[in-house]
Amino acid sequence: MIGFGRKAAAFAAALTFSTLSVALPAAAQELKIGIKTEPSALDPQFHTLNPNIQVGAYFFDALISQDADLKTQPALALSWKAIGDTTWEFKLRPNVKFHDGSDFTAEDVVYTYERIPKVPNSPGPYTIYTRQMKSFEIVDPLTLRIHTTGPSPLLPLDVAALPILSKKAMAGSAPEGKTTAEMNSGNGLVGTGPFKFVEWQRGSKIVGERNDNYWGAKPYWKTVTLRPLSNNTTRVAALLSGDVDMIEDPPTTDLAKLKNDPKITLSRAVSNRVIYIALDQHGEPPIGIPDTGGKNPLMDKRVREALSIAIDRKGIADKIMEGVAVPAGDLLPYPMGGTRKDTPVDAFDQAKAKKLLADAGYPNGFSITLGAPNGRYINDLKVAQAVAAMWTRIGVKTDVDANAPPVFFKNRDSFKYGAYLAGWGASTGELSNALKSLAATPDRAKGMGTTNSGRHSNKEMDAKLEEAVVTIDDAKREALLADASKILMSNHGLIPIHFEISVWALRKGLTYAGRADQSTFAVDVKPAK
Amino acid sequence: MLVYIIRRLMQAALVMVVMSALVFAGIFMIGDPVAMMISPDASEVERDAVRASLGLDKPLWLQYLAFVNAAIHGDFGKSFLAGQPAMQLIFERMPATLELVLFSTVIALGIGLPMGVYAGLRPKSVGAKTIMTGSILGFSLPNFWVGLMLIMVFAVLLPDLVPGFPRLPASGRGATVNVLGVNLSLFTGDGLLHMLLPAITLALYKGALIVRLARATAREVLPMDYVKFARAKGLSENRVVGVHVLKNIMIPIATVTGLEFGQSVAFAVITETVFAWPGMGKLLIDSILLLDRPVVVAYLMIIVVFFVVLNLLVDLLYSVLDPRVRLESRAT
Repeated sequence: MIGFGRKAAAFAAALTFSTLSVALPAAAQELKIGIKTEPSALDPQFHTLNPNIQVGAYFFDALISQDADLKTQPALALSWKAIGDTTWEFKLRPNVKFHDGSDFTAEDVVYTYERIPKVPNSPGPYTIYTRQMKSFEIVDPLTLRIHTTGPSPLLPLDVAALPILSKKAMAGSAPEGKTTAEMNSGNGLVGTGPFKFVEWQRGSKIVGERNDNYWGAKPYWKTVTLRPLSNNTTRVAALLSGDVDMIEDPPTTDLAKLKNDPKITLSRAVSNRVIYIALDQHGEPPIGIPDTGGKNPLMDKRVREALSIAIDRKGIADKIMEGVAVPAGDLLPYPMGGTRKDTPVDAFDQAKAKKLLADAGYPNGFSITLGAPNGRYINDLKVAQAVAAMWTRIGVKTDVDANAPPVFFKNRDSFKYGAYLAGWGASTGELSNALKSLAATPDRAKGMGTTNSGRHSNKEMDAKLEEAVVTIDDAKREALLADASKILMSNHGLIPIHFEISVWALRKGLTYAGRADQSTFAVDVKPAK
Repeated sequence: MLVYIIRRLMQAALVMVVMSALVFAGIFMIGDPVAMMISPDASEVERDAVRASLGLDKPLWLQYLAFVNAAIHGDFGKSFLAGQPAMQLIFERMPATLELVLFSTVIALGIGLPMGVYAGLRPKSVGAKTIMTGSILGFSLPNFWVGLMLIMVFAVLLPDLVPGFPRLPASGRGATVNVLGVNLSLFTGDGLLHMLLPAITLALYKGALIVRLARATAREVLPMDYVKFARAKGLSENRVVGVHVLKNIMIPIATVTGLEFGQSVAFAVITETVFAWPGMGKLLIDSILLLDRPVVVAYLMIIVVFFVVLNLLVDLLYSVLDPRVRLESRAT
C-alpha cells in the first residue's frame, strides 16, 4: 500500500506538470519537418543510409560539401589540391569552433577518419569512402595531407561523405572512443554543423537547436524538429493539419490536390536517381525467355534498341509519374559530372521497334519476365506494368514479377530475372559511380559492376571508364566518362527510363530550393520574401 | 494453482522455441539482410566483412544455436540496423503502445458497456436499434480508413471550415512526463490530445464488439431465475441491473477485453502507422521490411510471453468473477 501511495503522489505531480506544459506557447522560429525515413543511428559513421547522412549534416560538417547540384563546395576545408598522383592536400578553415567551444583542427579530421574502421557492427560501413586512404600527414594544424593507395581523383567526393567529429568530445573507453549507442543518446554528438543536438526520441522526433557560432550562413530557425512519418497519407495529413511545416516526398496521387491548395507550396528538383531496366546479357541459355529455343535475344543490340524505343517515356512521366519524372537518356541528369548536354533520349517508335525485332530474327517477338520491386521507388510497380504493356504491343509478351524489395533484391542478385526494373542514385553526382556499379563488366576484386546483375559487358566502355577513374584532371575525367556513357547508351547496354523528380510540400510562406540528392536540409528552408 | 501456472509457462517456452525457429527460417528465405542495409556501392569484400561482423556468414543452424545459447543467458541479440540490444529498442517503444491501447480500452468499455446493457434491457427501443446498427459499422469499417477519416474531419476539414473549432493533432505522441522511470504521455493534456484520435480509432472495433457482447449476454441473463428472484425480492432496478446482471455479463466481457487488449498491443501496427504513433507495432513492421531479424525474434518472444500472462490473468479474473470456476480443475 505504501507503493500505491507513492505512485499516487507521482501521478499527482505528473498532472501538475501537465497543466504547466500545456500553458507554454509554441516556440517562435520553429520548423517541423515530416521526414520519410528515420535514421538508424545518429553516429555519422555507423550506417551509409540516406536518412543518416541527411541528419548527420544538421549536426556535423565534412571538409567538403555538395551543393544542390552535387558539385563540391568548400566547407571545413577552404581549398584542396592534388600533389602528384597519390597525395591530396587540404587547407582547413580557420577559427571554426565545435558546439562545445573547442577549436577545429587537422587532429580532429585524422581522428575522424581513423575511427571509421573501428566502428563495430556497422550494417553499412563508411570504409567504402576510406578504402583508398593510406596515411595522413598533419603539416600544420590547418593543413592536412592524405596519401592514397593509388591515383584517387574522386577523393574529394569521398571526403564529402565523411562528417568531422570532435576528437575531444569523442574520447571514451571503447576502441572507437564514444560508441554508437552513446552517440545515439547525444553523448559525443558534438560537431561544427548548423544545429546543435537536443534530443532523439526513437520513432518520434529528432530535435536540433541553432548553432549561433556557425561558420557559414546561419540558419533562420531557432529550433528544428524532424518527425519520421513513414506513411504517405499520414505525412500529407500532418502537413494539412499544421502538425508539421513541410514534408518530404508527398505521394504522386496527392500532388494535384496539394498544388491547388492555397495554403501549400511545392518545391521540385530533378534528382540523381535514374530508374532503368537492365537486360540479361550473360550469354545462353536466356533467363526467363522460354520460347526462343535456347537463344538469348537480349544479346542482340537491335533487340535491346527495340525494347528501348518501344517505351513511351513521356507518357510514363506524364501519366504514371504525374509529372514527377523527366525522360532519361543517360544514368545521371545534365549537368552532373560526365553527362552530356546533348544526350539524346530514345524516341518512342513502335513501327521501328517491330522492324528491328524482325531484322534480328524475331518477327513474332518472344516472351519475357520483367522483375520489379514493389514499393522501393516512386510508383515502381505501375511503371513496370506500363513498360510490360508497351513491350507486349511490339510483340514481346511481358509478364511483370513484382515483389517486396527484400525479395526483389535477392532475386536480382542471384540472377533470376531476364530483365528487371531498378533505380540508382549516384551519391557522388558523377557518372563514374553509376557506370562502375551498373555497367562495368563485373569484377568483384576491382569493385567493378557490383550491381550489374544484367551482366552487360563492353570492353571498350570498360577501358574508357578504367582510365577515367584514375584521371585527376576534372575536365579530362569528365570527357572520358562522357565517352564511356556514349558507348554504353549507343549499345543500349542498359535502358534508362526516367530521372525521378523529388518534391517537397511546404506550408505557404516557406521556400525550399530542392536538392538533387533528395535531402531535406533545414538550413535551406527560408521564409518567402 | 501452482501446477497450472507452471504448465502454462512450459507451454510458453515451447511456443517460443518454435516461433524463433520459424522466424529464423522465414527471414533466411526472404532475403539477405546485408543486401538490404549496405550501401550498393560496397564491394564484395566489404559485404563479406559486414556479414562476418553480424554473424551471418555461418550456416543457419549454427546461427540459430548461437541465438538460443545467448537467449538462455538473457541476451536476445543486437538489432542489425541500430546496433543496439533488440530488447532495449522494444522496451523503449512499449510504453507508447501500452498507454494507447489502455486508453482505447477505457473508451471502448466506458462507452460500449453501458450502450450494450441498455440495448439488452430495452431491445425494442429506437435507441437500442440505433446502437446495434451503429455497432455494425464499428465492426466492418477498416481501421486505417477510420483513422484517415478522423484525421481529415477533426484535424483538417472542421477546423478549416468552422472558425474556432479546435484542431486535433493528427500524428505523433504529445508531451511526456517521467512516471517511475517510464515516459508516459497519458498524464499531460497535450499527450491526451494527441492520443485522442488514434485511441478512438482503436476503440471503435473494440467498443462495437463489447456492445454486441454485452447486449447478447444481458438478454441471456435477464430471464434467469436469480434475476426474477431478485426482482421478486423487491430489489431496486438499479441494484438488479448494476449488481446481479452486470456481474454475470462481465465474465465474457473480461475474456474478450483481455484478448482484444493483447491483440491490440501486439498488432496495433495499422493505427500506429496511420497516426505515426511511436509504438512497437511500427518498429515490428520496419524491422520486418529491413529483415532486422534480432528485433523480429525478440518482439515475437515478448508477444508470446505477453499473451501467456494475459490469458493467465483472464483466467484468474474468471475465478474472481465466477466462483464456480476453479483453476485446479481446469489444469487437470
